[in-house]
Amino acid sequence: MSTPSITFSRRSFIRTSSLASGGLLIGFNLFTACKPTVTPPVDISQLNFNDFNAFIKIADNGAVTIFAPNPEIGQGVKTSMPMLIAEELDVAWDNVYVQQGDLDTNNYTRQLAGGSQSIRFGWEPLRQTGATARQMLVNAAALKWGVDPSECTTLEGVITNASGDTFGYGDVVKEAALLEVPENVTLKAPKDFKIIGSDAKNVDLEKIITGKPLFGLDYKVDGMVYAAVLRPPAFGKVLESYDATEAKAMPGVIDIIKIGEKAKELTKEENSNWTVAMSTSDKVVVIAKTTWEALKAKEAIKANWVTETPLESTQDQDQKLLALLDGNKFNTLRKDGDIKKAFAQAEMVLERTYESPFLPHNCMEPMNFFANITDEKIHLVGPVQTPEFAANAVAGMLGRDVNEVHLEMTRMGGGFGRRLYGDFVYEVAEIADAIRKPVKVIFSREDDMTAGTYRPAIKYRIKAAVKDGKLTAYHLKEAAANGNMYGLIPNFFPAGAVENYQVDVANYKSNITTGAWRAPYTNFLAFAEQSFFDELAETMGVDRIQLRLDLLQKVKGTTDKRIEYSPERMENIIKVAVEKSGWGKKESGTYQGFAAYYCHNTHVAEVADVIIENGMPVVKKVTCVVDCGIVVNPLGAKNQIEGGIIDGIGHAMYGDLVFEDGTPQSQNYNNYRLIRMMEVPEIETHLIQNDLSPTGLGEPTLPPAGAAVANALKAATGNRFTQQPFSKFPEMMQAKSAPKTIIG
Amino acid sequence: MPLYTITVNGKLKNVEVSKDTPLLWVLRDHLELVGTKFGCGIAQCGACTVHLEGNAVRSCSLTMDAVDGKSITTIEGLSENGTHPVQEAWKELDVPQCGYCQAGQIMTASAFLDKNPKPSEAEIKAAMHGNICRCAAYTRIFKAVELAATKIS
Repeated sequence: MSTPSITFSRRSFIRTSSLASGGLLIGFNLFTACKPTVTPPVDISQLNFNDFNAFIKIADNGAVTIFAPNPEIGQGVKTSMPMLIAEELDVAWDNVYVQQGDLDTNNYTRQLAGGSQSIRFGWEPLRQTGATARQMLVNAAALKWGVDPSECTTLEGVITNASGDTFGYGDVVKEAALLEVPENVTLKAPKDFKIIGSDAKNVDLEKIITGKPLFGLDYKVDGMVYAAVLRPPAFGKVLESYDATEAKAMPGVIDIIKIGEKAKELTKEENSNWTVAMSTSDKVVVIAKTTWEALKAKEAIKANWVTETPLESTQDQDQKLLALLDGNKFNTLRKDGDIKKAFAQAEMVLERTYESPFLPHNCMEPMNFFANITDEKIHLVGPVQTPEFAANAVAGMLGRDVNEVHLEMTRMGGGFGRRLYGDFVYEVAEIADAIRKPVKVIFSREDDMTAGTYRPAIKYRIKAAVKDGKLTAYHLKEAAANGNMYGLIPNFFPAGAVENYQVDVANYKSNITTGAWRAPYTNFLAFAEQSFFDELAETMGVDRIQLRLDLLQKVKGTTDKRIEYSPERMENIIKVAVEKSGWGKKESGTYQGFAAYYCHNTHVAEVADVIIENGMPVVKKVTCVVDCGIVVNPLGAKNQIEGGIIDGIGHAMYGDLVFEDGTPQSQNYNNYRLIRMMEVPEIETHLIQNDLSPTGLGEPTLPPAGAAVANALKAATGNRFTQQPFSKFPEMMQAKSAPKTIIG
Repeated sequence: MPLYTITVNGKLKNVEVSKDTPLLWVLRDHLELVGTKFGCGIAQCGACTVHLEGNAVRSCSLTMDAVDGKSITTIEGLSENGTHPVQEAWKELDVPQCGYCQAGQIMTASAFLDKNPKPSEAEIKAAMHGNICRCAAYTRIFKAVELAATKIS
């Protein structure tokens, strides 16, 4: 691969400074400010690199520290992003110390974990940074030797000249800090990569397996107190009054306060954005010496709640969404040709409705955050996927300057989208501002599951027209609570492949807080679409793989810029998946289901193998083919791929949050089912090898998993699942039950 | 408040807490041993698993009254430097994603292998079924328990 065409202005790209402790600190700009509501630019050259800095630190003794800029939620960027820098810096990965960078709004932007975009956006600039630093060190060595820099080579932190003299990076780091920053450094060709493409273990592995403090819940300072928050028992209810007499007398309780006034600023319409999804009610807070005492005293508060807005139940939500699908109040997000005409002329029409429930995120580490607020400073520490938004919101609600905010990111016990929303940061900031003590707010599991920002219930209705054995029209309708699919999703497959194509969306405003959940919208849309294609092929009497391949032919050479997916790459993964999974060649008793999907810039095909054990279908194996371009860290990549598939299967099978009068009916794992060890299939992963720029893996393998399983279950049982979770329909989960299709 | 004496990772510890205080919070808030995690508080997820007299137990649901005088091992005390065969297997296979549940997984696996050093596939799956991994790193957890068994026997 040639040197990237992006040109960096020297001043905007890099800053260096000598460290008082000796050594060189290199700051580099990276990434545009990318708010998650904005569609990331398709063309990376459109990005503005002026806003983001991360750092390399090289000490006099040659020790290299690389600051990982982005929040780590388990997706592996604390390992993979520094790998990109280390590759071009040309140091031995084993000698690199990785440290989590703090939020630094002056120097960093897009310190964000979301959308599987960290590696895609970091690919060029992070390597440029490493290469620039390497060139400065080489230039410094050449100057000392009095030779031309082009005569020098580097290998694992050592610079060698033509005569065989050597300097370690630490020997020349002081001089390097004084030099001009070189422009147009050359990046390595992929064939020369040593670190990129090699297996690197999680940089926090040792700490994780020995139980060292890493997570927000583990953070503690002297004099810290704990806060447990009593929130409304139902969406739609607000606090009227409370009696804390009994709670206040309990052991360890320091104080009971009411909060909510300041956070109300954030919930005002003009301030509402996707990072603020929280109740407008006042809340009662127990401040106690220990976590247990705080959580226990919270249960003793007697509160009166009044209904302010309608209390929703799942049944009403379902009716509202179905009414939206039946109605005519849609926004059209893409329209090709004339679907009405095509349906009128069709020989065969297939229409199906797919239905999904609300889902909580259920990060294993419950929401929590630390704050210490003084007149001079706002110190925030904890797990949040959007630290910059949180810092700005806290400064705004407290009427303070954002420069007074110092936010440190801890490793996160899962994110899945829940920690994009800073409600727990705003709560602890309001508490800390009131009590002026270092304090940590902690959610119990019940708090976490009932005060969520859920994946909203969504229903899709897909209708296709067939004429002369060809798909002539495709109409996708979406009805959702609160929001609809965004960005380029309406242009995903089969957009571009069907002459008459239309995507219509509608929503109703729910008072239940909703937001992004791992692979937003596509997490269920992929299920609907790939189930539909399976059934469409059956109805048309054509091969289900060939149907997809034929459609992809029509997209080749498209000039439609909205179409992000590559028909060639999609075709390739489908063919590889057919081959690797033994598609159609399995011995009798194994039933296979196929799905292929593109989202978050990555192409994925999955084949689920279902067998019958004791009369029940069991998912035995999933074969997965992924094209994410160059694989930065195959060891980490496979972990993400496997986790995404199992997560996708688990939620398709079991995930279900039911509401009754505004109250979530599941509050803990005794009545909320997550996938566990005995339900986990074997997973075989194949990574496509190519030299294309890498894309992310935190989300893309999840969406197709539910469809691959549903299609295999159809083959095994004769029953087609159109609603999630599948576990709601035990009668359909039988090997020889009568064929039945649930049609919404 | 009553005074309790427990042995944690080989050391005697005195704590004065109300009798219904779960062992989990004594470990985390009083003894500064934060490797043991809080996940659900009702013994359903396994994140808080520790060894009580060698048996894997859920520390979130064991009150101090129930463990007084007993010996407890936490992830911090499983080995000197993370060299228990289960920890070694976890390192070799790079098991964790977010890592939050892993201490509980390791404590469940180590107590299990202690009693059943040559388990079958089905026995491993059954033994680990009580520990939730929300990142779903289950395939590696399974392989790591299998690998650890070969290191032990």
